[in-house]
Amino acid sequence: MTAIAYDLKKPAVTGTSDLLSVDGISVAYGDTTVVHDVSFTLAAGQSLALIGESGSGKSTIAKTVLRLLPEGQTTAGGSIRLDGRELLGLPERQFRPLRGRTLGYIPQDPASALNPVRTIGSQAHEAAALLGERDPEVRRALIRAVFERVGLPDPERVYRSYPHQLSGGMLQRVLIGLTVLPRPALIVADEPTSALDVTIQKRILDVLADLRQEHGISLLLITHDLAIAAERTDSLVVLKDGVVHESGASARVFADPRSDYARTLQADVPALNPDRYRNQRGAGSAGAGADRGAGVDGPRAQIEVRNVSKSFRAGGTAVTAVDGVSFAVGRGQTHALVGESGSGKTTAVRLLLGLEQPDSGEISVSGETVHGTSRAELRTLRRHLQLVYQNPFTSLDPTWTVQRIVREPLDRFRIGARADRAQRVREAIEAVGLPAGTLSRRPTNLSGGQRQRVAIARALVSRPDVLVLDEPTSALDVTVQADILELLARLQRELGLTYLVVSHDLALVRQIADTVSVLQRGRVVEDGPVEQIFARPQHPYTRALLDAIPQPGGLPRRAAPVLTH
Amino acid sequence: MTTNLPVVRATGIPRTVRRAAIRVPPTVVLAAVVLLGVLLWSLIPGAFTSYDPVTGDTAEKLLAPSAAHWFGTDYLGRDVFSRVVHGTASSVTSALVAVLIGLVVGSIIGLASGFLSGWVDTVLGRVVDVLLAIPGFLLAVVIVSSLGFQTINAAIATGVSAIAVFARLMRAETLRARGSVFVEASYLQGGNRVHALVRHVLPNAYRSVVALAVLQFGTSILVIASLAFLGYGDPPPASDWGLLVASGKGYATAPWLVYAPALVIVATVLSVNRISNWMRKAT
Repeated sequence: MTAIAYDLKKPAVTGTSDLLSVDGISVAYGDTTVVHDVSFTLAAGQSLALIGESGSGKSTIAKTVLRLLPEGQTTAGGSIRLDGRELLGLPERQFRPLRGRTLGYIPQDPASALNPVRTIGSQAHEAAALLGERDPEVRRALIRAVFERVGLPDPERVYRSYPHQLSGGMLQRVLIGLTVLPRPALIVADEPTSALDVTIQKRILDVLADLRQEHGISLLLITHDLAIAAERTDSLVVLKDGVVHESGASARVFADPRSDYARTLQADVPALNPDRYRNQRGAGSAGAGADRGAGVDGPRAQIEVRNVSKSFRAGGTAVTAVDGVSFAVGRGQTHALVGESGSGKTTAVRLLLGLEQPDSGEISVSGETVHGTSRAELRTLRRHLQLVYQNPFTSLDPTWTVQRIVREPLDRFRIGARADRAQRVREAIEAVGLPAGTLSRRPTNLSGGQRQRVAIARALVSRPDVLVLDEPTSALDVTVQADILELLARLQRELGLTYLVVSHDLALVRQIADTVSVLQRGRVVEDGPVEQIFARPQHPYTRALLDAIPQPGGLPRRAAPVLTH
Repeated sequence: MTTNLPVVRATGIPRTVRRAAIRVPPTVVLAAVVLLGVLLWSLIPGAFTSYDPVTGDTAEKLLAPSAAHWFGTDYLGRDVFSRVVHGTASSVTSALVAVLIGLVVGSIIGLASGFLSGWVDTVLGRVVDVLLAIPGFLLAVVIVSSLGFQTINAAIATGVSAIAVFARLMRAETLRARGSVFVEASYLQGGNRVHALVRHVLPNAYRSVVALAVLQFGTSILVIASLAFLGYGDPPPASDWGLLVASGKGYATAPWLVYAPALVIVATVLSVNRISNWMRKAT
């Protein structure tokens, strides 16, 4: 369909094998140094990952290489050489030609990287212009060719679309296409897939890998996910607080981490340690273990969802968000709802909590029906049914102190004598592993992990039987995620809680759940005990989700069930 | 269930984000000093000047500013500085009354329409639209004309014309706060709508409204001074700032009669604006 095939010429890189060499750079914002003496080299055609948690300085390093740091507020020392040329201190006029043509950049959030009031096509012409091609028809053909190459269906439609008309995955493909189009020698990708669903993440990374191989492009990947880095790059640099803790070949660092921090990171990757929390949860699960399975029926089921459907009206058409979903969770068990965005898992949870009314079907918690009851009954029910939200940055009132936040359910439900409430708040905050000093602080002064602990304390203080966890760790760093999961496992063991976990991350689900329901477009496509789902997935969608778990090559999996693809 | 949960300290939690030390820019300090001075003038005018603001010595009329008379004297030999200082209380109080009316009524309208939505929002929204459609100053003039020519009526009129601005901002802030996850969380913690409104929505919505109130204080001083200038306030010998400017404008040979009170108005309004601006950015 296109007259001009996309030119697969390798980028013209001259000189030595080291394309990018970063030597002893330090970066400071004002008086605060955030990157200390970091050095690494990246050979032409190779890939390197900078790994670290938020605040580790990985994005700052990427921005320093791209010279995107705000001028005047930051100071950078050291040396960054790209293909033998010093970048730091290079006048802007000489650096500009390198942008796009030699140095490509893929941002984290594709939606905010494109101008919402211009079509994709008109923005793509800017990238195509970097090739020096003047004829707009030729440029257009080039753009369509590259869109086709990154796997965008119907490139002509994409070309005419505005950013809001495309999904996040498609936008990221567009950006990858536009980054590759001017044939840069080096692409810097800043968490290119963390805003995307897992199966899309895999496809995006595949496309990126293919293009890199075809064109011999080097990649500097910024990520917090050790498994992705190990799977997708040749070498790794592990950063913490702006200091390099370990660097080397990806396979080596991943298989045999030498620094303590890298070991922690490795241990916290859910995909590698499927049984990490099993032993801790031990007692509670074992007691109820006899009748493990999705079909826990009868009086023992703590949560029962029977054939529930819900549709919403959107622009005149009814969209079915949840379509005949059924599942049951036994007391003290953990059930997981797995699916990607739009699969209806969040709607299912909102129905369970009585925040939405179902069109049909029945939901009961501890034998009490959730819907069709009076407001007072729903309130009583909620006392035993609490929710931990996905994002602890929005679920806590910023104007309240932690003390008030955790105390709110006690005051509202009138639990215990007034004098005892303060004591119960202290116990709850201790139970989630926070020092008592936290009580007088406000959420804005706490880190993400601490906030999520506060949210868990608030959910637990009224001593509920059922805790609904809506992607409880997806807004948190990997090591913080491990802390929170450990906490949840311990609380379940000690308090005999029943968990309903919503997640898109199957690796995480395998660590914490007993039973799983896989949701796709509002329907349960597969359910059963977690071992069965992982060992013998029946539905193609389940298999796609399993495939999306990053699998660093050539590494022995610890006690992982055999995956059949 | 056990009452004593075992204590396990979390490890590896990142350091908490420390609240950045609040740095007050020098211009804000200057503005605060000016406003403090104005406040003291209105509370204890006698401490700042020994001259009588009402009776003067006709032998000393229309004297230029000097060490004895900082702002000079007017056509009756009254000390202009004394008149400005003694007029402060009336100007500041009326501006406060105006802001309070706008803040309270506007906030209630904004909260109600933002939180209740539905037909309440529609009805209140139209009322606010009507208020916005009439130029504020014109509305104030009409109100004073019907209530009577007094400073307090000018203040009420200024307050009424500011209601729409407060209502609009409060409604927007309420909508934002109402949609927050923590408000929904409050319902799950057993909270009812009144609890959510008073304890969660209001504290999160009022911040920018308060910044607007400070800004509106400056505007009110200007509007009330303008009304007094046009004769819509208390008649002489009251010495509202706007009235001082109005009564001085007939004496071309004594420009200090206009400039001195005008400078005080300008300094006050600029100070208020500076502080409001700083508050808005700081929160």
